[in-house]
Amino acid sequence: MSFPILSLMLAIPAAAAVACLFLSPSTARWTALAATLVNLALGVVLWLSYDIGGAQWQFVEYAPLFGRFGWALGIDGYALLLIVLSVFLMPICIGASWQAIEKRVPEYMSAFLFTEVLMIGTFAAQDLFLFYIFFEAGLIPMFLIIGIWGGANRIYASYKFFLYTLLGSLLMFIAMLYMSITAATTSIPALMNYDFPPQVQTWLWLAFFASFAVKMPMWPVHTWLPDAHVQAPTAGSVILAGVLLKLGGYGFLRFSLPMFPEASAQLVWLVFGLSAVAVIYTSLVALVQSDMKKLIAYSSVAHMAIVTIGLFAFNAQGIEGAMMVMLGHGLVSGALFLCVGVIYDRLHTREISRYGGLAINMPRYALLFLLFTMASIGLPGTSNFVGEILSLMGTYQVSTTVALLCTTGIILGAAYMLYLYRRVVFGEIKSAEVAAMSDLSPRELWLLAPIAAAVLWMGVYPESFLAPMRKDTQILLARIDRARPAGDSLPTRGSGIVPAAHAETHAQGSAH
Amino acid sequence: MDYAANLAMTLPEVVLGLGAIALMLVAAWGGPASTKAVSWTAVAVLAGACVALIGPASSGGQAFYGLYRADSFAAFSKVLIYVAAAVAIVMAPDFFRRTAGDNLRPEYPVLILLSAAGMGMMVSAADLLTLYVGLELQSLAAYVLASFMRQDQRSAEAGLKYFVLGALASGILLYGISLVYGFTGSTLFDEIAGAYAAAPLTGDAKSTGLLFGLVFVFAGIAFKISAVPFHMWTPDVYEGAPTPVTAFFASAPKVAAIGLGVRVAVEAMGPAEGQWRQIVIFAALASILLGAVAAIGQQNIKRLLAYSSINNVGFALIGLAAGTPEGVAAVLTYMTIYVAMTLGSFLVVLQMRDADGQPIETIDSLAGLSRTRPGLAAALAIFMFSLAGIPPLFGFYAKFAVFYAAVQAGLFPLAVVGVVFSVIGAYYYLRLVKTMYFDEPTGVFGEGDRLEGGLIAAAAVIVSPLGYLAIPALSAWTLAAAASLF
Repeated sequence: MSFPILSLMLAIPAAAAVACLFLSPSTARWTALAATLVNLALGVVLWLSYDIGGAQWQFVEYAPLFGRFGWALGIDGYALLLIVLSVFLMPICIGASWQAIEKRVPEYMSAFLFTEVLMIGTFAAQDLFLFYIFFEAGLIPMFLIIGIWGGANRIYASYKFFLYTLLGSLLMFIAMLYMSITAATTSIPALMNYDFPPQVQTWLWLAFFASFAVKMPMWPVHTWLPDAHVQAPTAGSVILAGVLLKLGGYGFLRFSLPMFPEASAQLVWLVFGLSAVAVIYTSLVALVQSDMKKLIAYSSVAHMAIVTIGLFAFNAQGIEGAMMVMLGHGLVSGALFLCVGVIYDRLHTREISRYGGLAINMPRYALLFLLFTMASIGLPGTSNFVGEILSLMGTYQVSTTVALLCTTGIILGAAYMLYLYRRVVFGEIKSAEVAAMSDLSPRELWLLAPIAAAVLWMGVYPESFLAPMRKDTQILLARIDRARPAGDSLPTRGSGIVPAAHAETHAQGSAH
Repeated sequence: MDYAANLAMTLPEVVLGLGAIALMLVAAWGGPASTKAVSWTAVAVLAGACVALIGPASSGGQAFYGLYRADSFAAFSKVLIYVAAAVAIVMAPDFFRRTAGDNLRPEYPVLILLSAAGMGMMVSAADLLTLYVGLELQSLAAYVLASFMRQDQRSAEAGLKYFVLGALASGILLYGISLVYGFTGSTLFDEIAGAYAAAPLTGDAKSTGLLFGLVFVFAGIAFKISAVPFHMWTPDVYEGAPTPVTAFFASAPKVAAIGLGVRVAVEAMGPAEGQWRQIVIFAALASILLGAVAAIGQQNIKRLLAYSSINNVGFALIGLAAGTPEGVAAVLTYMTIYVAMTLGSFLVVLQMRDADGQPIETIDSLAGLSRTRPGLAAALAIFMFSLAGIPPLFGFYAKFAVFYAAVQAGLFPLAVVGVVFSVIGAYYYLRLVKTMYFDEPTGVFGEGDRLEGGLIAAAAVIVSPLGYLAIPALSAWTLAAAASLF
């Protein structure tokens, strides 16, 4: 066994989390920052030493510690990218809370570090129940983060978040028990190649769907998300939108598709139907929000729907696109919540109508906010464009109708994001308070600049992110291809364009 | 088989019985001044009883012509019972010293020892009469313990209520025993099992009698483990009894009664599994649901923990409903973890007192505890999340084990309904966490006792994720214990 880097990545924040509880506020801040930066460094090492195109599971660790299940860790390309996303966002979250959190700082830092442990653990777990433990345990620190450091209605939001997600997960838990007994293994890689009878698959798929759909969140079980986002502190929102929402998509990718291919194909209509409703409905809801965080929260639901249609398109474009949307959305929505946090820290309101004309006194802020707004819309050159175009292309091959409906989400997305941007940044300065707001401090700039760089990187050279998961997508497709559903697109192979004619069209195209 | 061998197998009960009698004499002559010495000696006697379990007492088989069984199932339960009883003795002095009214008298540890002897008989019983004698010995001591604070009206009321309802339960159980004896012709578990196996239970007069006997015996046991619909006494008794006594009731007797129920179900009535399984499933689901729903409105933390214990018994019964060795092992696993969680919770309740040392029992008084006593709040939060079964705390593994057994036995609807109900339970556990962490502090509790603090820390460590490292040992032991019943 090689160096247990994944265990180390779990141990460092866990140790720091415990240590923080006994430290003074300022030491706790620095400890948390140091721990998350070390983890970021380890994440970079992980990415660099990941052998693209090599073994499906790398950095594998196994220790049969717990009787019925074991300490089994290991990552493939999908897990790698999501772990990198997590460790990338964590130091930013700590930085975002540097001044915004004044009360009970040690506990706060500790809760965030525990969240980091649990997120990495969820992505790295190779044992069914180890996954469940990490997956479910994430509720505890998030419950505390929302409940202690949240806004006015934080208690309602924290309960709703906790109980909603718990109910979904418990049904999945029973399904996991059944799977581990029937297949006589708790190893996720083994289960990914185990064929359950199709009629059983349907039930198992629905149980997992109950959990992942809530986590995702999909319409109509998304209602916890706006509440949780609005009430959570800025960094809580960043982690919630940036990483925790990805657990649902990761779950579909890791469990629902490879373990229950027949059921996935059979119930594709359900996913497509809910996603199409989600895209249009939540986008329209986002359009009328007066609270900035709520608007971004609803936009997250719409973006996540693009993820689900891509995942269930059963082709490479769709699945890779979905992953790219997840990564891109993790960065962009995180950044947008940070942008909201920046002005919230100054004026202590999230009401859109209280702001206006920020471009005049906060030009640097306006610029970065514009970049993230455009990225959220999916402008070419930004991260979300790559994901959305791939995801929708994949869907288009399967279902023209769904692709058509979901593409309206891009237009509506442009509408609500631009409308938000116009109201907050353009126009006249509303009041003396707004005029007194200062531009980004160096700290805030340092928080947003790395995300901006990553967003552009993903938009301009997505290959860096597509390469690690290409082989995994091929393996996944080889596994689920036998169940591929017949879509309504019925693509027919073209008669083929003769090379000469193609060159001619091309020349015409460039002449325009 | 000679008497020496029989006595060697019952050595733990002998140790406890002699110890209790000797300490009673000390108490009679020594008076209140001897309390401390008697308490620590009693703890030593319990430790001695644990040591006495090594050897024939845990592996000897039948003793006294089949009336008593010394197997690893009994040994496992007894270890749990003795540890819980010892903790109940240790946590008492500080409580009684501070609380106005009655002082601790040396009878307290003696009564707990007698009760522990009775509980040992319960889990070792291989005959309905041994069972009954053990049960009564445990109960009679418990009735006195419940009303130990004679000048406190609630305590006296709790003792009386416990006695009246406990006597009713004993009557029901005895009636069931008489029916079973009448229709099977024996009180020995093995012969009863033979009679149940021989009778097809299809509707003739004899099978109806057997069925009635089974129902009444299970009703009596349900009373003792406070499973719905025989749970009514629990909140009142738990609320009224002195807190250390409540902690005792919620831990050791519960283990004993569950162990007794498991043994009766598997050994005496194993062939009638189809019949009692319905009863157990109903009691399990009803306990989980009622324990969860009724707890929501509670303002008193002891009442809340009473409903929590009803709720937890329901989960333990899910393992019994499976009726397999894995199921029984899961019940034992569940009870082990439950004892740690519940003793820890009550130890925290002991810390809830005002500046004068008088106990406070309202949940609202916990407000802001995470600011005033962060360590205590963290411990209680760990116990609450653990009782709710949220990973990564050890309470999750308890639920994991019972649901694993249920799914393995093919009881999917039971498992699904059980987990859905557990979400309701999570709500009120969260309420305590919310009160401690989200609300503003209202007052400060008096300083705690170092010994109790150490016990709380120990319980919190067991319940924390570190507990998972004990799983291989725990499952090996519980499976061995369960295997001795089949």
